[in-house]
Amino acid sequence: MGSKIKEVDLGVSIGSLRLKNPVMTASGTFGYAREFEPYVNLHRLGAVVVKGISLEPRAGNPPPRIVETSCGMLNAIGLENVGVNRFISEKMEYLQVVNVPVVVNILGDTLEEYREIAERLADVKGVAAIEVNISCPNVKKGGVAFGTVPAMAAAVTAAVKQKSTVPVIVKLSPNVTDITLIARAVEDAGADSVSLINTLIGMAIDHRTRKPRLANVIGGLSGPAIKPVALRMVYQVAQAVSIPVIGIGGIETVEDVLEFMLAGATAIQIGTANFINPRASEEAVEGLAKYVAEQKLGSIREIIGAVVIP
Amino acid sequence: MSQFQKKTQITRLERLGSDIIRITLDSPEISKIATPGQFVMVRTGKGKDPLLRRPFSISQVSNGRYFQILFKVVGRGTALLAHCREGEYLSVLGPLGSGFQIDYTTINCLVGGGMGIAPLLFLGKWMSRKCPDNLPLVVIGARTEGELEPLVKDFQEIGLSVYPATDDGSLGHHGFVIDVLKNLNLDAGSKTYVCGPYPMMLAVHLFCKEKGFSCQVSMETSMACGMGACLGCIVPVERGGYAHSCFDGPVFDAEELLWEVK
Repeated sequence: MGSKIKEVDLGVSIGSLRLKNPVMTASGTFGYAREFEPYVNLHRLGAVVVKGISLEPRAGNPPPRIVETSCGMLNAIGLENVGVNRFISEKMEYLQVVNVPVVVNILGDTLEEYREIAERLADVKGVAAIEVNISCPNVKKGGVAFGTVPAMAAAVTAAVKQKSTVPVIVKLSPNVTDITLIARAVEDAGADSVSLINTLIGMAIDHRTRKPRLANVIGGLSGPAIKPVALRMVYQVAQAVSIPVIGIGGIETVEDVLEFMLAGATAIQIGTANFINPRASEEAVEGLAKYVAEQKLGSIREIIGAVVIP
Repeated sequence: MSQFQKKTQITRLERLGSDIIRITLDSPEISKIATPGQFVMVRTGKGKDPLLRRPFSISQVSNGRYFQILFKVVGRGTALLAHCREGEYLSVLGPLGSGFQIDYTTINCLVGGGMGIAPLLFLGKWMSRKCPDNLPLVVIGARTEGELEPLVKDFQEIGLSVYPATDDGSLGHHGFVIDVLKNLNLDAGSKTYVCGPYPMMLAVHLFCKEKGFSCQVSMETSMACGMGACLGCIVPVERGGYAHSCFDGPVFDAEELLWEVK
């Protein structure tokens, strides 16, 4: 199996960033990668996207933070993270040794915070790209507005681009009327790529207690339940922009990966599936190699956007 | 820390009561390195619904090869597990978390309620093997005799003294385990190892604090991954903020936690 993977061309590019394959892990579902060391050969992944980092550490929301729903889950973690300084001093050393491209997901409440984080990450060895979270639905200040108003999304993109020395990916919220408007706005502001979708805002209620199941009342829906919505949005955005699109939303298996790439994704991220099968990402890489070999493709790039619309 | 994702075969499935199930799984990898208080994440179905694994304390390990989980059917996941057959395979992640810190030099008392008794069986067996001259006392409670009696027997089989309590008085003390614990008149310096419903653990913690006993509690939380990625399994801590049940725990020094006193 190992030798087979080397024979086939799975490489894709996100701006100036070359990935050996299109399989990434989604922010917030893969910790700082080290958590998955017992299960995954991390260097075999296209890239890892680490848990979202803010300027200052955040404690996150009170419990319960997670609830299972039909074919999915709701979360309201509240962006718990160690903050940018501790991330650089405590988490990056390991990631530099692992030899996998590291995409740092960043988030903030103000333009200045986004700019400041991008600046602090600018000279850090091993940071391959920045993914800008403008779409997290859980924090009342900033988060929602940045992701839902095209001009605000563009402003954040420009602020990060101004300070960043690596490609900038903007992660889009699906909780908008027309996601292509936001995608175009961030492309015009200089984004090197867009990733989508973040979670869909949802809610669960316990009819016996009459209370919401999440302490935060509402949370982000992820998992297989959201895959058709994600696939549709990737398809629409891939037609609306010319920068690479990274597909996210309910991806578990190589078949899911292929569907997103056919819809127009250059790369994909595996999220919630990591919780259930920590090897999901590596298995997807293996599956892609097998697919390219069996289909006798010159490269995996041949299927990007190759969906046949009758 | 070693962890494994394994397809493990069900070698035995027992019904201890109408809705209490014990499953024995064959996994040398997990059984050889597990310590008392650690847990596993089990897939309950094959498809996408229910989606998430379920956490279970390891309730017994035997012959360096088999481990057991003990649970009550409370929802869809546990109902699916209850309908498994011997010979079938379950996907298991583990062993996970950090377990009990054992002090063999003092009087130890295991205090459990309901399904919280599960990890204490592993702990009791471990203690009696490592230090047969200093066996722990066992105080356990449940709603009725039917739920408690098979577990009392398990502890007695390994030579431990059991002080049972039931809500309906059908076995042992008629009432709560905390009353039994108080009546034991444990010496200063005793240590308790506790797992059960939140109000029970809180009562034991407050009693231990008053008496100056150390108290370790195993916390049950909802979690998606069990390995430090989802950050769902938090418990509030005394110093402010949260600890994570899956890697800081599930066993905590009760003094470190911020208890919600109602």
